[in-house]
Amino acid sequence: MSEYRLEMNGVVKTFPGVKALDHAQLKLRPGTVHALMGENGAGKSTLMKCMFGIYHMDEGEVIYEGQKVDINGPLDALNRGIAMVHQELQPIPERSIGENIYVGRYPVKRLGPIVTIDHDKMYEDAARVLKEVHLNYDPKAKLGTLSVSQMQLVEIAKAVSADCKVLILDEPTSSLTAAEVEALFTIVNELREKGVSIVYISHKMDEILRISDEVTIMRDGQYVGTWSAKELTTDFIITKMVGRELSNLYPKRENVPGEAVFEVEDFTSINPKSFRHATFNVRKGEILGVAGLVGAQRTELMEGLFGLRCHSAGRIIYKGKELKIDQPQDAIRNGIALLTEDRRATGILGVLSIADNVSIASLSQYLIGGIMLDDGKIEKLVRDNVAKLSIKTPSSKTQIQSLSGGNQQKVLISRWLANSPDVFIMDEPTRGIDVGAKYEIYCIIAELAKQGKSIIMISSEMSELIGMADRIMVMCDGRVTGFIDGKDANQENIMALATQFE
Amino acid sequence: MEKTKSFNVKKFMSDNAIILLVLALAIFTGLTTDNFFTGRNFSNLFINMSPRFIIACGVSGCLITKGTDLSAGRQVGLAACLAAMMLQDITYAARMLPWFPDIPWFAALLIVMVIMGIIGAINGCVIAFLKVPPFIATLGMQTIVYGACQIITNNQPLGGFKKSYSNVALGSLGGFPFLAIFAVIVGVYFLFLYNKTRHGKYMYAIGGNESAAQVAGVNVTATIIRIYLLAGMMYGLAGFLVGAKAGGASTATGFGYELEAIAACTIGGVSANGGVGRVSGILVGVLVFEALKICLQFLGVDPAYTFVAQGLVIIIAVALDLRKYLAKK
Repeated sequence: MSEYRLEMNGVVKTFPGVKALDHAQLKLRPGTVHALMGENGAGKSTLMKCMFGIYHMDEGEVIYEGQKVDINGPLDALNRGIAMVHQELQPIPERSIGENIYVGRYPVKRLGPIVTIDHDKMYEDAARVLKEVHLNYDPKAKLGTLSVSQMQLVEIAKAVSADCKVLILDEPTSSLTAAEVEALFTIVNELREKGVSIVYISHKMDEILRISDEVTIMRDGQYVGTWSAKELTTDFIITKMVGRELSNLYPKRENVPGEAVFEVEDFTSINPKSFRHATFNVRKGEILGVAGLVGAQRTELMEGLFGLRCHSAGRIIYKGKELKIDQPQDAIRNGIALLTEDRRATGILGVLSIADNVSIASLSQYLIGGIMLDDGKIEKLVRDNVAKLSIKTPSSKTQIQSLSGGNQQKVLISRWLANSPDVFIMDEPTRGIDVGAKYEIYCIIAELAKQGKSIIMISSEMSELIGMADRIMVMCDGRVTGFIDGKDANQENIMALATQFE
Repeated sequence: MEKTKSFNVKKFMSDNAIILLVLALAIFTGLTTDNFFTGRNFSNLFINMSPRFIIACGVSGCLITKGTDLSAGRQVGLAACLAAMMLQDITYAARMLPWFPDIPWFAALLIVMVIMGIIGAINGCVIAFLKVPPFIATLGMQTIVYGACQIITNNQPLGGFKKSYSNVALGSLGGFPFLAIFAVIVGVYFLFLYNKTRHGKYMYAIGGNESAAQVAGVNVTATIIRIYLLAGMMYGLAGFLVGAKAGGASTATGFGYELEAIAACTIGGVSANGGVGRVSGILVGVLVFEALKICLQFLGVDPAYTFVAQGLVIIIAVALDLRKYLAKK
């Protein structure tokens, strides 16, 4: 037996037109937490999908418990004791928690030739594994009654229930609150003590440095190196991930906030559990950060202001004039833009070209005779934006879905800039974007504020808010719980307001 | 991501499998039968294609926005019957509406298109406001329209058209059949609509990602209603032409046309996943589907088997289209 539970050596995986993995490697010791780090597109998820048998690798070997193995698919992986919690959940909300845990491998009982599902055993077992991960849910309840973060914990229970020896956690904390992250870490620590090897993929440096024993860094599908977590610093990890020095995480801001231009008074959702009595203002040339935990209803509030959700009370006043916003068109007409949180679901028009994606919100500006679109004008708009925001694309006819996250985000920002908005709401503008591109997005935000635009920036990364915002509004459970000046903000005072439950 | 520029023969074959297959079949038919590659046969092909291309253009907007329109065929039938009722010769003894005045054919065409446009708009409203899935909404409408057609025609076939109406289908201008001219006008109109107007861009945006389109300020409801309304008007025009061409109309007219149109669109690259589809593709799709039918007819295949072959082509076309999409994942 070697000192490793599982080794992956010289893994090559090619997709049409791109080499996703180029001799990547990973060596897992028993009873350790092994962090796998890299920018988006570095190949972390691809490598894990090779380990879990979702992808078949072109070259390379997997040595599991001292033997060379060939993993044929997720079921084969599970049977060998390798479990994976995916980044994107695949829940069946209309079925019970127990069924979701045992889907595909239901316990059965036999009545002669008839095979039926043993529901009693399933729910008993489900209750046991839920307890094991400190979850106090009724396994017979519908999964859909849980919040996204609770579903994520159920997903982890599912992995644990497979009695795994290797557990892959792909960005497990992306939708968890601080308390839930603590709960997860307790589970991870218990599993580590039981001798499970855990692969932990995350972008959150503080988590990585806290929970992991070893760190492997990847870049452009290649193996960069493996270090003991104790000897690492955030700067070192970023340098290795990006492959160059990043002197500063945030650009210097030169915006000067002026008078308050956008005011919201007593804005209340029709849904009693959502945002209520929100009152705040944004000044000209100000970056207003919005902090809060998952479920603080920040996104809902912004979507309400933009006319995507209904409100029962409240006023929106822009430059002293009250706005009536019932649908996005009203907001857009009044110079408000919204960069949504979930780029894929509510941002990009995936199969359409960059040109179509940039121009869709401002087509009325390019009409000839009120009917025909002026292709020349549109082409110029796209060319200008591609150059101005340095969007990396082969051509303006390229489908937006083939671009990287950062470039997609820049396309969406140009879509709104084409309307020259005065109030730009950005919901998690750097989510799922790699470190280098994040900096470029920050520069764009800083530049827009300098031009006098009012920016409202929701972010779940506190360091980002502290680094970018002139003022931070904190929300908790649908209410605005306070404001902190950017200079005075720190993790503690933000968290204090973000956890001010009634 | 690197772009692979080199021409991939295998990919080309699988992306255009149906088209290549029918092309091969056409060549085979041409070589083994007489009179296949003749002007008359091609002229027939184009005349047959014309109403079907108009229907396919109509339904394409529904497909591009991830919808469908199963009421297309029955709407064509109703349109043909309505046109027939209005344009029976004044001297024809068995006129269904003896009190109806003698109106010019284009007035009847206009009336038919308005009525079908209203039916289409109802489809659009049910889908856009009531959020009924298009498959169900238009399935219901299909049955309603069929029933309505039986009611107004008393289940009697209609004939005895006035000459000017029949001439719409039989006549030609400078060697081009009138039917083909209608189709060309519709094609040019859709080409313009899909590529040069806001409506077109909004349609593709809704098909690409409805939620994102809404966020970007696209009036999704109005666009969808407009698409189904226009579709209805196209069925009206097509039904008018089908009636003229057949010289008669009955409740059976237009049966199954919706499936032919949807199949033609899919063969022509209108994706069942939405957001993708070009007018040129629709034309190719209609051509391929009609060519298939003519080939089988020339080869003396029993009409019953022809249906089996057409059904297979529809399934294969959609399967190949979805495979393209899956491969990208």
